[in-house]
Amino acid sequence: MALPTHASTLERVWHYTYLVICGLIFLFLIAPILIVIPLSFNAEPYFTFTEKMLKLDPTGYSSRWYDLLLTFGMNAPDAPRDGSWWADAWSNAAWIGAAKNSVIIGFFSTLLATVLGTIAALGLSRPEMPYRRAIMAILISPMIVPIIITATGLFFFYSATGLANSYVGIIMAHATLGIPFVIITVTATLVGFDHSLTRAAANLGANPTTTFFKITMPLILPGVISGALFAFVTSFDEVVVVLFVAAHDQQTIPRQMWNGIREQISPAILSVATILVIISILLLTTVELLRRRSERLRGISPG
Amino acid sequence: MADATYTGPLGADAPAGKLTTADGKPLKAALNAAQSKARWRAFFLVAPLFLFVLFTFVAPIGQLLYRSVHNPGFTTHTDLSTKVQTPIMVDLRAWFDANPRGTEPDEAAYAALASDLVVLRELKAPGSVGTRINYERSGARSMFTKAARRAEKLEPPFKEAMLDLDEDWADPELWSAMRGASSAYTLNFYYAAVDRTVGIDGSVTQVDAKRQVYVTLFQRTLFLSLLITFLCFVLAYPIAHLLATLPLRYSNLLMIFVLLPFWTSLLVRTTSWMVLLQSQGVVNDALVGTGVLADENRIQMMYNQTGTIVAMVHILLPFMVLPLYSVMRPINPSYVRAARSLGATSWTAFRRIYFPQTVPGIGAGALLVFILAVGYYITPALVGGADGQLISNLIAFHMQKSLNWSLAAALASILLGGVLILYWLYDRLVGIDNLKLG
Repeated sequence: MALPTHASTLERVWHYTYLVICGLIFLFLIAPILIVIPLSFNAEPYFTFTEKMLKLDPTGYSSRWYDLLLTFGMNAPDAPRDGSWWADAWSNAAWIGAAKNSVIIGFFSTLLATVLGTIAALGLSRPEMPYRRAIMAILISPMIVPIIITATGLFFFYSATGLANSYVGIIMAHATLGIPFVIITVTATLVGFDHSLTRAAANLGANPTTTFFKITMPLILPGVISGALFAFVTSFDEVVVVLFVAAHDQQTIPRQMWNGIREQISPAILSVATILVIISILLLTTVELLRRRSERLRGISPG
Repeated sequence: MADATYTGPLGADAPAGKLTTADGKPLKAALNAAQSKARWRAFFLVAPLFLFVLFTFVAPIGQLLYRSVHNPGFTTHTDLSTKVQTPIMVDLRAWFDANPRGTEPDEAAYAALASDLVVLRELKAPGSVGTRINYERSGARSMFTKAARRAEKLEPPFKEAMLDLDEDWADPELWSAMRGASSAYTLNFYYAAVDRTVGIDGSVTQVDAKRQVYVTLFQRTLFLSLLITFLCFVLAYPIAHLLATLPLRYSNLLMIFVLLPFWTSLLVRTTSWMVLLQSQGVVNDALVGTGVLADENRIQMMYNQTGTIVAMVHILLPFMVLPLYSVMRPINPSYVRAARSLGATSWTAFRRIYFPQTVPGIGAGALLVFILAVGYYITPALVGGADGQLISNLIAFHMQKSLNWSLAAALASILLGGVLILYWLYDRLVGIDNLKLG
């Protein structure tokens, strides 16, 4: 990207303009995500920087909104913070309850999506798979079809089959939404997979199960884990299906946020947002490390 | 295939001129058997997931399509607690069958209506039946509940008795709506979804201008999606180019700026934009604080189309950058250098040499962004206000507020049709195998 020495003045000017434009676009991408972090420590119930915050005055900052996340919905939020206070928070606080639901739903739907998706990806990446393209298109379609259509269909279908208002129903729906990600990441890993390794294993006397767990699995594991993380994030961030098919007391974090944004918007939402941003930074780092590991395993050297 | 060995044509026990395996099977048959076994093995690996998706995705979509053409609100009553189904409006439907469209409702018709209303009252169903007619002729619900309350006391002649209750029972539009609803299978909801209605004489006509909502909304959805796709392209192209031309060490670092939004919750990103764009928000405060804007002239950037556009461009931008990047990365820089050395200006070299090579990436990214934008729901619902709503929001409105589920299903089916065409196009042009995530 370095400018050649023979570049004309006009080209120089354009080159630096171009870099500034790129910088602004990167700012556009990242600033909205980072801006919520300082704002969530606002001492006042505003969505903007107060004068005290701009002067970096410590009294302008507080963790009261994080505290509210714990106390909101508790029986006795003002009691002294001993063991029983924490027990109260654990069982009654609205956000903690939502987090528990989100984790339970996310965990099981991820498990379902990853197991089924990985097995299917193994089949789909075989050249002899019949109707490969059509089946692949159907399996990826939950990612493409607008979520409102899926949610509407599930609402009708679940009310007819009695799956509405149940955890099983939500978990199955979220697994369906996560499956395309698992299939895409695992088939991508399998593209560079050297099949002579499995043949060698078979040649040395390993049965297909042993071959899978000893040879295939370790090599495609990075792809499987990335797919699982994608599936988990999809479930953890999903609100429309939950709104349509879940019972009123089945709150999840995104649903609680959705209600919060529509009704009593307070900086408490920003503190949830901050926590979610930190989680996504951790997930991104994990996926990036996995990708590098996968490239190293497959012998693609990074630059 | 593994056990196929070459024994012929000189193999000891092989018939002359034929290839066989060690155990004497013809090679062709053995190969076919092995291939068929491999096909079945691949199929059985995919089968569990395929069945799962059929159950949790294809069946619900099927149910949605069925709902869009099937509404038994005027023909069958289902008791909510016992699930017992009772045919309703039997007499009136028989009258509709016996008399062609356009027949003036006579005494027999009113008698049939009155006797059906008595049945409705016993089933406690006038409300739901009235609601079904109300979709096509407003005010019908209250007429049904009112008439059903007095149905038992009605005396012949029924026509006068009914008209005494409410003049509107003679309204030809009402009778037309009832005739339309007398069959559970109907295309009426599709007509309604494109601002058409079945007139009194059975012809399909456009509804009057002030009731036309859906076509306008479909047009707005298309227009906004195109605009968002274009803006995404304009913003994504320079940074994808920068990322593709930098050494991998730096571009991997900068890629975080693209991937972090991609991994961040949709609700978080929408919330951030609400924080930024509010009239008391960060952007307005910054403009006022720096003196660009007077305090009373704060710009309304949210709860309108601007809010929807800005937030959606931000959310969909990574879907444009990633395909562009994967197409730009392998482009050989020596082509552009060759063009320059042959005398092309940098603009010509870009326009004639570089840009054409990136067109596949533009196509892939634009199609993906457009497909995702057309069906967007959450962001417009939160920051769109009144004029930033898309078709998905109206589907949600009919599902949750107006409870006209058949109309919601019809709108959703039309949207689904459009998306599936685009998806098919994407698969043909780009191939879903090439979909990349990060």
